[in-house]
Amino acid sequence: MAGQIFAYIRFKDGVPDDSALELVAAAKKIAADASVSALVVGSGVDAVCNEVVSSYQEVWKIDSDALAYPNAEMIRKALINILPKDCILLVPHDTFGMDLAPGLSIKMDSAFVADAVDFEGLEGDTLKVIRQEYGGAVTTHVNCDISAGAVINVRPGSFPADESKAAGGAVVDKSGEAGDMAAGRRYLETVAAEVGDVDITKEDVLVSIGRGIEDEDNIEIADDLAEAMGAVVSCSRPIVDAKWLEKSRQVGTSGQTVKPKVYLACGISGSFQHLGGLKGNPFVVAINKNPKAPIFQIADVGIEADILDFLPELTDAISEQ
Amino acid sequence: MEILVCVKRVPDTAENEIEVNSDGTDIERDDLVYSVNEWDNYAVEEAIQIKDNVGGSVTVVSVGDEESEEVVRREMAMGADNGILLSDDAFEGSDGKGVASLLKAAVEKGKYDLILTGAQADDGAAQVGGMLAAMLDLPYASLVNKIEMIDDQKIKVGREIEGGNQEMNEIDLPCVLSIQTGINEPRYVGIRGIRKVASVEIPVHGAGDLGVAADSVGDAGAKVKRLDYFMPELGEGAEMLEGSTEEIVEKLIELLKAKGGLK
Ligand SMILES: Cc1cc2nc3c(=O)[nH]c(=O)nc-3n(C[C@H](O)[C@H](O)[C@H](O)COP(=O)(O)OP(=O)(O)OC[C@H]3O[C@@H](n4cnc5c(N)ncnc54)[C@H](O)[C@@H]3O)c2cc1C
Repeated sequence: MAGQIFAYIRFKDGVPDDSALELVAAAKKIAADASVSALVVGSGVDAVCNEVVSSYQEVWKIDSDALAYPNAEMIRKALINILPKDCILLVPHDTFGMDLAPGLSIKMDSAFVADAVDFEGLEGDTLKVIRQEYGGAVTTHVNCDISAGAVINVRPGSFPADESKAAGGAVVDKSGEAGDMAAGRRYLETVAAEVGDVDITKEDVLVSIGRGIEDEDNIEIADDLAEAMGAVVSCSRPIVDAKWLEKSRQVGTSGQTVKPKVYLACGISGSFQHLGGLKGNPFVVAINKNPKAPIFQIADVGIEADILDFLPELTDAISEQ
Repeated sequence: MEILVCVKRVPDTAENEIEVNSDGTDIERDDLVYSVNEWDNYAVEEAIQIKDNVGGSVTVVSVGDEESEEVVRREMAMGADNGILLSDDAFEGSDGKGVASLLKAAVEKGKYDLILTGAQADDGAAQVGGMLAAMLDLPYASLVNKIEMIDDQKIKVGREIEGGNQEMNEIDLPCVLSIQTGINEPRYVGIRGIRKVASVEIPVHGAGDLGVAADSVGDAGAKVKRLDYFMPELGEGAEMLEGSTEEIVEKLIELLKAKGGLK
């Protein structure tokens, strides 16, 4: 087995993301007896270190005023200086992980696997990883040669949080070894997402449309159904990219996190970025013309149908009641 | 501004239902409709808009088999000035790093101020842009959904982060950016546009032309190798409603009432 396993801890306002404990479980799935350490990088990170210290053997921290905003270009430079060459580094596959990790693997001359959803064991220097392609339509086994180390982006939510807190580690301050972090990309500010005319995060019933709606003119089919149901229309990302609906109606990791009681997914395939915005265990009805669409794996009830035909029928039947 | 955009030919998921083939060695390729990767198309549109604003040129490059020429040509019909195809049997089976090292060789054959990739492609890895930047030792920003010119030394870029918030950065040129969908509205490419570029010569570079050792790329150089495709067993999945449309509608309305979905 190659070197140590590290987990990169993402946090916000001093609170670690859910991925902080998911990566403990992910590391144990790679090697049950591995020594797993955490990396906590930022400015004023003691609270975060204390939160995770019982779950990791060691917590390596880099604490620097220059990292008040987590600029991946700067953090990459620091990590190259502190990480052992042959380690396995696990990073959440989120907008920061996508920014940091591929380049880091090049600089460390180690292998890179993106968006791992599971591990199927380590044999010698070969780690078998499970991932998905085509928006989750198919799954693959991937062999990764970890002999010179590996950087692996792990999909948030794909491992259960390991709450055992059984590692009882210590915090090690690595700030002095971080070196020069000056980078060609400088953070300026964060612009908050626009607020729209409706707040889909407060709605109990959402009629959500995806690329299956096919044309802007067809959106009124969803509007009519939502009106009949007393619901509100939300959508997947391609509908917003096409400028058919406002960004504030987008459900997903780069949109809104909603907690409805009932969610009608109409012509939505069920990508993890979309489902990442659907919380609170709603009753999910999926309507899709492809019986193998991934959305049917997570839905409670499925209907194989063309939404352009089915939704108007449903609207009429509800209106007649 | 001299701009290079990296594009990939992929099965069009909006036009096809992607399935595993009978022996799990690949996806079912019969009757697949291919197109340019959605993210890349936004990248090309952005490059063309920048060129229209500040001058310069747009070159499109693709790593792939001969068929990839069609997507390079399509992006030229959109308005890119030049196209390059990187193609060689030795490139087959390349992992992300292999593809990035081929693109690096192509970058070094030219002189570019700005290199764009799509944020991700059909394999959802989101890796090639970041790897390419690291290999070239250039600054990088991923998931870019806004580009503003400042001067010929630097530009301002917005990155899309969680919740649809936008992280604004200043970045030095030359740099590598991966482009997120929605940054612009890619123009339509008509038959006439395609016809205009139908006979344009698109140079093809192999391993020798690029000066890369054949065993450093392709299957031979890959540390990450796909073994198979499969459909996982994922618990029960949805209860599928069956019957005539009226029957399904009736059942669904009962369920919606029970779950509080009808007001
Ligand atoms: C960093 C990043 C962040 C992202 N954030 C988000 C996000 O916040 N939210 C989000 O949604 N996506 C997000 N995405 C995009 C995501 O990966 C998917 O591309 C997107 O969710 C797909 O949307 P869709 O399901 O509507 O479209 P598709 O995947 O194209 O699915 C369309 C579905 O409709 C079905 N269909 C087609 N026609 C019909 C019809 N007539 N009747 C019935 N069914 C039909 C098809 O069978 C298919 O299953 C993000 C991607 C990245 C890289």
